[in-house]
Amino acid sequence: MKRNIILFFVIIISFVLQTTLFQVLNFGGISPNLLIIITASYGFMFDKKCGMVVGFICGLLMDIFYGNVLGFYALIYLYIGAANGTFHSIFFQDDIKLPLVLIATSDFVYSFVCYVLLYLLRSRFDFVFYLRRVIFPEIVYTIFVTVFLYPCILLLNRTVEDTEREDHKVV
Amino acid sequence: MSPVVKRKREKFSIPSKYLLLILTCICVALMAVTFFADYSASPLNKLVGYVVVPFQNGVSRIGTWISVRIDELGELRVVLEENQDLKRQIADLTVQNTQLQQDKYELSNLRELYKLDEQYSGYEKVGARIIAKDGGNWFHTFTIDKGTDDGLSIDMNVIAGGGLVGRIVDIGPNWAKVNAVINDDSNVSSMVLASSDTFMVTGSLQLMEEGVIGFEQLTDPQNKVAVGDKVVTSNISDKYLPSILIGYISEINQDSNNITKSGKLTPAVDFKHLEEVLVILKTKQQVGD
Repeated sequence: MKRNIILFFVIIISFVLQTTLFQVLNFGGISPNLLIIITASYGFMFDKKCGMVVGFICGLLMDIFYGNVLGFYALIYLYIGAANGTFHSIFFQDDIKLPLVLIATSDFVYSFVCYVLLYLLRSRFDFVFYLRRVIFPEIVYTIFVTVFLYPCILLLNRTVEDTEREDHKVV
Repeated sequence: MSPVVKRKREKFSIPSKYLLLILTCICVALMAVTFFADYSASPLNKLVGYVVVPFQNGVSRIGTWISVRIDELGELRVVLEENQDLKRQIADLTVQNTQLQQDKYELSNLRELYKLDEQYSGYEKVGARIIAKDGGNWFHTFTIDKGTDDGLSIDMNVIAGGGLVGRIVDIGPNWAKVNAVINDDSNVSSMVLASSDTFMVTGSLQLMEEGVIGFEQLTDPQNKVAVGDKVVTSNISDKYLPSILIGYISEINQDSNNITKSGKLTPAVDFKHLEEVLVILKTKQQVGD
């Protein structure tokens, strides 16, 4: 229960930061995708189900505020969360390489799907431009933020796990 | 370790593949409902309005305060230098001013012709602050801190600094989503003042980088339209009020069909440094009534 409440606040806080603080801290109009970091890391840290739920909520928030149709971003984030969940079995907390690779891949997949569905279908064919201008900078910035954010998520989870274990001991 | 595992087993839980299926179905259903039924998720809008918007409001308020302080410090030195320059300019400008007085007489005549002035100031407006921007990098939409509680509604036009910013496309009790005219999926029916020809102003991510908006489908066989001409919203648009300034033409090219022209225009609004906007409290439909 406690874990769910914390998770809820983590999602809200990252959404708020992504839409306010990181919009101000943009580089050349590009801001990082915190929701992908959260979705992917909860996916491979816990399991498929957790990733799916987190992704669904993150996507739904994006949909309500910035989407044209409800459920579009939710679907993308949902599958990214689920896909990251399959890597749970080869995830080790101390290894930061796997998270970085997974988050970068997730962000690329997300951006690529966005490009295909939101731009290519409206006959914007210059993929190389969008790759250079939006997709690649976003991945780099997201990875940069991940390096600092990921240890925080890890630390948060460890403390939550520790307190939960202590609670059980008392009971 | 063991009590934790046990507790989990006792709880009823859905296998992950079924959960994936259920959530996918929910998403698809939601998309279908919002796409076909044009249902604008008002209960959800209300809910997130109370959960997320207060946070965004607070964070952006703190952020603005800090950035204003930093700007003040940085600007002090610049301002001193500027002051000297400006004094020199004053001398030049007084000379120019006399010339412009004559031009102004001409301008007021032209204004009367287009009735620009009255239409603008006649609308009731309300100020709003931008509190958040689109989380992704693909579109240029933003959230303002006023909503239905302040009398706003969907399709109201948003202006800033005398130019068109966009229109409200989604709304909650205390927030509203504004779609900017430079957005890639935005099309505005507009009119060039020089010849009163109507054409489409189309936002584009590729042109956004240069700080311009594209326009197309301009028919101008007599080559009346020139660089620097004023572009305003047209009277045939069903979403935008007529005669709101969009920008100035910066480039015109003949299309390969030799009939229409396309090009670029510089928006009147500085979209990069937008903080406060004005919302016109009338939609096009209401004006018509």
